[in-house]
Amino acid sequence: MDIKKQLKEGLLTKNPVLVQLLGMCSTLAISTSLFNGLGMGIAVTIILICSNVLISALRKVIPSQIRIAAYIVIIAGFVTVVDLLLQAFLPELSESLGVFIPLIVVNCIILGRAEAFASKNGVVASLLDGLFQGIGYTLALVIVCVIRELLGAGTFGGGLLNGGEGIRIIPEGYPAMQLVMPVGGFLVLGFVIAGSQFLMKKLETRKMDKEAAK
Amino acid sequence: MEELSMQALLGILISALLSENFILVKFYGICPFMGVSKKIDTALGMGMAVTFVMALASAACYGVDLLLKALSLQYMQTVVFILVIASIVQVVEMFLKKAVPALYKALGVFLPLITTNCAVLGVVLVNVQEGYGFLASVVNGAAGGLGFTLAIVLFASVRERVDKADCPECFKGFPIALITAGLLALAFTGFSGLKIF
Repeated sequence: MDIKKQLKEGLLTKNPVLVQLLGMCSTLAISTSLFNGLGMGIAVTIILICSNVLISALRKVIPSQIRIAAYIVIIAGFVTVVDLLLQAFLPELSESLGVFIPLIVVNCIILGRAEAFASKNGVVASLLDGLFQGIGYTLALVIVCVIRELLGAGTFGGGLLNGGEGIRIIPEGYPAMQLVMPVGGFLVLGFVIAGSQFLMKKLETRKMDKEAAK
Repeated sequence: MEELSMQALLGILISALLSENFILVKFYGICPFMGVSKKIDTALGMGMAVTFVMALASAACYGVDLLLKALSLQYMQTVVFILVIASIVQVVEMFLKKAVPALYKALGVFLPLITTNCAVLGVVLVNVQEGYGFLASVVNGAAGGLGFTLAIVLFASVRERVDKADCPECFKGFPIALITAGLLALAFTGFSGLKIF
């Protein structure tokens, strides 16, 4: 088990959103403010950790023919728990994320990690994988949220800072409203992924140059 | 439960197709939208399969929801709905294999993928939240599926050309597809506010 490698994979080289391109629906739909992004990211991380741990613990019990159905039921159970907890304790977040909380059930990150990792590895490794992949998802989501909120609404930290109004950076009337609309989701995510591909390529060539210099 | 008039049903149909398009406006079902849109034929196949399952799932989950309400087990909605959808997909797959082998061959590969298409679970949850009756639920499901088909076929036809176009290295593949989808969504915002009746 290699914690450092797992951390690096979750955050960068195998980032669920930027590299594996999983969980697009929620990333695009709710990334309109920092509050939404953090809330969704934390909810998904918690569910991912719980489902990874349980699936990994049961990996020898679940027959492989019906494993997908079994995973979905386990995931749906945890999603229901988180959904009800949010409704009870954070009604504002629950309202603003709306139907996308129950839709975490079909978020491919969770089923993807269950199939690709938790069904093959031990409990502790699966727990860490859930944590790191969850953080990677949250990180990518927050980047998209901050860009969209800044350019689309002209604020930072809406729903969270400054009594829920957010800190105004671009004066009212100037921000491009379209960016908080669906169009902006596609465009911003496209640019963010392109940017990350560009950076990763740069890092790789630099690494290769260094090795060549040796 | 009062049934809606013909006009209201038509309203649901038009809005699910255009102004509330499932993919481009509401962001349901982005994964298959991106994954299966490289060729027009496969996009059309996926769209048809999704439409079929969405209409069927809307009908089945309407009944299941009544049952859950009667037992006051509404908090189990998500779990039960996803199970219903998974079994519908399974049954449809087996039925088509026996009864209409030609259609099965055309849709075969896409059927198992539909369980995790959030458009299906999404439409069912929306039906329940909006309190649609039986007919309205089915129309909403079918129209949502048609909207999905429309968007994915349009997108696939644009994408077939974009893939051959010259663009900056780091935009190749997925990012340029997302930007294409963004422009398509921009076109669809033209329909927003479109209200009939």
